Amino acid sequence: MRFLIYVLVGIGIAANGLGAFSLLRFPDVYTRLHGATKCTTFGSIFTTLGVIVYGFARGGPAYQTLAVHALIALVALLITNPTGSHAIARAAYRSGVKPKGAVVDRLEERR
Amino acid sequence: MIVSPILFFVVCAFLLLFAAFGMARIALGPTAADRVVALDTINTLVVAVMIVLGAAYDQVVFVDVAIIYALVSFVGTLYIARYLEGGL
Repeated sequence: MRFLIYVLVGIGIAANGLGAFSLLRFPDVYTRLHGATKCTTFGSIFTTLGVIVYGFARGGPAYQTLAVHALIALVALLITNPTGSHAIARAAYRSGVKPKGAVVDRLEERR
Repeated sequence: MIVSPILFFVVCAFLLLFAAFGMARIALGPTAADRVVALDTINTLVVAVMIVLGAAYDQVVFVDVAIIYALVSFVGTLYIARYLEGGL
């Protein structure tokens, strides 16, 4: 059980680190959004799963409460994070930011 | 004691380092949309840090605060996105 917690938390740290690093290295808004949002959502799922496994493995009512509340927080994160990133991408397009190196804009032509 | 609380503090240190990367993007970012992307990333990382700290200190209250913070920061992100679109 201890090994499972180590593996879950390690995967979470690696994915969060790649997401934050992509925020510094990618060239424009859309690629940064792509890297940062997906990787941090994935990494936060795995660190929270580590906490849930810890709570159920410790046992007792207090730690089970911790695990169940962490599960609720995970559901809230899963619902809000993709919706917010979709809104940001839509707002970036509407405010006139173009992808780096783009030559055609099919979405603009369709209107 | 299944795992030492030091594991959770180390995880928090790493996640706060990654939040510092996001702050660098907020300081550097050329457009406003870049800054909103970095702010959204920092919000997600702060929620993860709060949940892990709740396990480190054995306090359920931190996890409850993390739930509320996730929902409220989502509303904030939606308002900033709406403002960038020119809807407000």
